[in-house]
Amino acid sequence: MSVKAEWPLYEVFVRSKRGLNHVHVGSLHAPDDAMALRHARDVYTRRNEGVSIWVVRSDAITASSPDEKDPLFAPSGDKVYRHPTFYEIPDDVPHM
Amino acid sequence: MSQVAELEAGFERTIAHQERIEPRDWMPDEYRRTLVRQIAQHAHSEIIGMQPEGNWITRAPSLRRKAILLAKVQDEAGHGLYLYSACETLGVSREELTRLLLAGRQKYSSIFNYPTLSYADVGTIGWLVDGAAICNQVPLCRTSYGPYGRAMIRICKEESFHQRQGYELLMTMMRGTDEQQAMVQESVDRFWWPSLMMFGPPDADSPNTERSMAWGVKRHTNDELRQRFVDMTVPQAEALGVTLPDPDLRWNAERSSYDFGEPDWEEFWDVVKGDGPCNAQRLTHRQRAYDEGAWVREAALAFADREGQP
Repeated sequence: MSVKAEWPLYEVFVRSKRGLNHVHVGSLHAPDDAMALRHARDVYTRRNEGVSIWVVRSDAITASSPDEKDPLFAPSGDKVYRHPTFYEIPDDVPHM
Repeated sequence: MSQVAELEAGFERTIAHQERIEPRDWMPDEYRRTLVRQIAQHAHSEIIGMQPEGNWITRAPSLRRKAILLAKVQDEAGHGLYLYSACETLGVSREELTRLLLAGRQKYSSIFNYPTLSYADVGTIGWLVDGAAICNQVPLCRTSYGPYGRAMIRICKEESFHQRQGYELLMTMMRGTDEQQAMVQESVDRFWWPSLMMFGPPDADSPNTERSMAWGVKRHTNDELRQRFVDMTVPQAEALGVTLPDPDLRWNAERSSYDFGEPDWEEFWDVVKGDGPCNAQRLTHRQRAYDEGAWVREAALAFADREGQP
């Protein structure tokens, strides 16, 4: 079988219950979107793990690379004033 | 049972079980319209709300205060984006929401139509305006529409920094000169009543409240939230050493709550209808920012086209 004939890879996201976000649970191969959804149902929700599934082709996802972790996230490292604990409020001030 | 009746029953069942409605669920048109109106108003408030505080970024008294204020205004932009995204899950486009705001057909919170006349206002907005917003928003984390509730959870986590930086700023000024203390008091005098108005008109004049509560969109009435805010804020004002400008404000032991005076609802409706001190200025500025940003949006698209990406 040539590489070209291989089914594309899909990433699977499941919402475990109403009100919660879809969370990435894994991936699978499927010939098209509809089949990917079927397979995801069969592979990832056999025990009532979810109420909703998203599938998206892996090659449609743009991801940051581990190599750029530092330049990407470092800028927020020294901005401690973005955190509420940076501000000293006396303990006897209620509801703060 | 007709198909619509069946769908309606399913919707009502989900609401009755305190479960969340999610974007692809069937929902009554009026529920969708109510949510679009409320979430859009909320999103617009975050975006317009950048203006009164942005007014002081270049004049913040120290690098520390400038960095804090920048971070806060940046957060407001982020909050606006979370909320616009939640609104878009209801089938309305970002472009359309911006158009409706600029055309004056959707509202934003009336508090942002008041000017920020002194630097102390940065502190007062953090303490009172963000404090009132937190009162409003914490129960909305449990609102019946999933994407709205999830946006509120993110926002509430970040909002705590806003309130604390404001209160700390005011505490610092209250430890300062007589003049600085007077600035704080003057600022609190101006913002106290408009902050109480942020909860909306009295329950008797809020025709949509009952239905919004039945649908779980709202969890408390305007007056309940207003009372909660007053009860939380009075001890904070005492600790700060400022006087809240309400002669009728006093502890009611029977109710275990503070009694307080009636806001000037005529002023409230004037501001809502467009006659506040800064309504025209806020929208003009938003329109200018939108127009002046056009070349950036076009350039980004042209670049993406050239790179062969959608």
